[in-house]
Amino acid sequence: MNFEDYRGVWVFIEENVGEIAPVSLELLGAGKKLADKRGVELGGVIIGDQVKGLVNQVYEYGADVVYLYDAPIFKDYRTESFMKALLDCCEKHKPEIILYGATSTGKDLASAVATDLPTGLTADTTELDVEEDTGLLLASRPAFGGNIMATILCKKYRPQMATVRPKVMKALSRQPGRTGKLVEETLPLKEKDVRTKVLEIVRETTKKVKIDEADIIVAGGKGLGSSDGFQLCHELADTLGGAVGASRDVVEAGWIEHHHQVGQTGVTVTPKIYFAIGISGAIQHLVGMKNSGLIIAINKDPEAPIFESCHYGIVGDAFEIVPMLIDQFKVALSREEAEHARKV
Amino acid sequence: MLHIVACIKQVPDTKIIKMNPKTNTMDRASAPAILNPYDSHAVEEAVRLKNKYGGTVSVLTMGPPPAVKAIKKCIEIGADEGYMISDRAFAGADTLATSYALTCALEKISKIKPIDLILCGKMTIDGDTGQVGPGIARRLDIPPLTSVKKIVEVNKENGFMVVHRKLEDGYEVIQSQLPCLLSVEKEINEVPYSSFPNMLKAARYEPTIWAVADLDGVDKKQLGLKGSPTIVSKVWAPPKPEGGKILEGNSQEKVEQLLGVLMEKKELFAQKGGAL
Repeated sequence: MNFEDYRGVWVFIEENVGEIAPVSLELLGAGKKLADKRGVELGGVIIGDQVKGLVNQVYEYGADVVYLYDAPIFKDYRTESFMKALLDCCEKHKPEIILYGATSTGKDLASAVATDLPTGLTADTTELDVEEDTGLLLASRPAFGGNIMATILCKKYRPQMATVRPKVMKALSRQPGRTGKLVEETLPLKEKDVRTKVLEIVRETTKKVKIDEADIIVAGGKGLGSSDGFQLCHELADTLGGAVGASRDVVEAGWIEHHHQVGQTGVTVTPKIYFAIGISGAIQHLVGMKNSGLIIAINKDPEAPIFESCHYGIVGDAFEIVPMLIDQFKVALSREEAEHARKV
Repeated sequence: MLHIVACIKQVPDTKIIKMNPKTNTMDRASAPAILNPYDSHAVEEAVRLKNKYGGTVSVLTMGPPPAVKAIKKCIEIGADEGYMISDRAFAGADTLATSYALTCALEKISKIKPIDLILCGKMTIDGDTGQVGPGIARRLDIPPLTSVKKIVEVNKENGFMVVHRKLEDGYEVIQSQLPCLLSVEKEINEVPYSSFPNMLKAARYEPTIWAVADLDGVDKKQLGLKGSPTIVSKVWAPPKPEGGKILEGNSQEKVEQLLGVLMEKKELFAQKGGAL
């Protein structure tokens, strides 16, 4: 394998119902930094049906080149069809790095592509860097349930690939009118060559509060003792108008459903206020919430690592502190309201 | 009659594992070895399918000799046969090399009895990657279906199955040709307590153990550390962030200070009357 033949950083552009997934725009931002450091082009790969309309947006968020596979066979995401397109693109244009969102689709596609190329794939990366001269991708991620961080390298194969968690990287601000080079590709792929069929897509737009969109999150951990104790989080969240989050062990204990889990194997969140109550603060959890605007930790254990990652900490019993906070918060707000009414 | 193979792994319980603060390495001896929790759902689902459609459930693992315990746990859940590949040549494998080794074993198992369906857990709790399942599917050239949260139908006669695959905002209903490989979410089922007869059977059960030499046509360059494109170059404790302000005083005073902080953000509490 001649590494000189492999140039450029690519981002797989994931599309949902005609829109680019936010994580793909974030990855264009992250990919741009890597590409600039290497002095190479940033490419976006779009695969879909009638998706040409997305091309300009990909330029505007930083891509220099767009590789486009636009055909009816790519209407739904299917591992085999998308994988074949991406493998074809790799073979023709030889990138040195490919980044994917660590979503259902991104992880599925990346795993299949890595096996066929073959090459190395680092999952759920939270930090990315590249060695300027060698082009070696430094992909770092929490390991062993979040007890440590590990930097993973792929020295002997190209391209180097990683999936990256949504909301960890930052998109560049959009530059309207920024443009680039379009490379349109086709693939002689027939429906009979794809062994799966998407019969139906069910979008669940329930009223569930999506914690990745919440401004205020009240997250609880095993320190709350029981699922009854965990109710404190619901009460505080109700009072503040926030959503409830949870650490991994709480979800595994069955106190709350998985979609509330914050952390490496759960959701990455960026609320304006994050409460960590009875959460010790394993890295697994920290990577999921460290970009919150204001982090408030309440924990009995003064040694809990969470106190090193919060803006304000209270060492104390949540069962004493949180109810007091709820009461005083209600009083403070009604006082504000009364004062406002007086002024009007 | 279906032949379903579940691929499983014995893992250290990462919730209990302790770190050596001096070396930043894991003290593996501190953590009990358990069957990867996600894999228990894969085995349970295989057993449910067997009960519904008839057939056999085999489990396969790669690991050091003590990993036999994880196979016994699967027998407790209701699996019929257990296979383990164990050899120093497998050591240090990343997901690519692991999927290769398991594929070699699956090919041998399929000669004993053709495989209709392969099930894997969503990921392991020590590696957290979820890459081995899809890797196996690609190597066997069968369709991979990840994030499966429900199996609707397995129709061996007509050679297809239907599953629900979880998406970020819902799910999709997919029909796939058989054989195929699924990696399953834990919401697919609840794993009940083991029955007494299964526990007895598990206690006596001895799985088939193969070394590299027992497998056919193995390319040794693709095994273990040698066959692994990824390497861990550095393991580190993340830099300690600057600790925040620890509020002092009695509980009442602490709460008042915190309230002061919150009320500075009162525009956030609009629906609670804060943004006036």
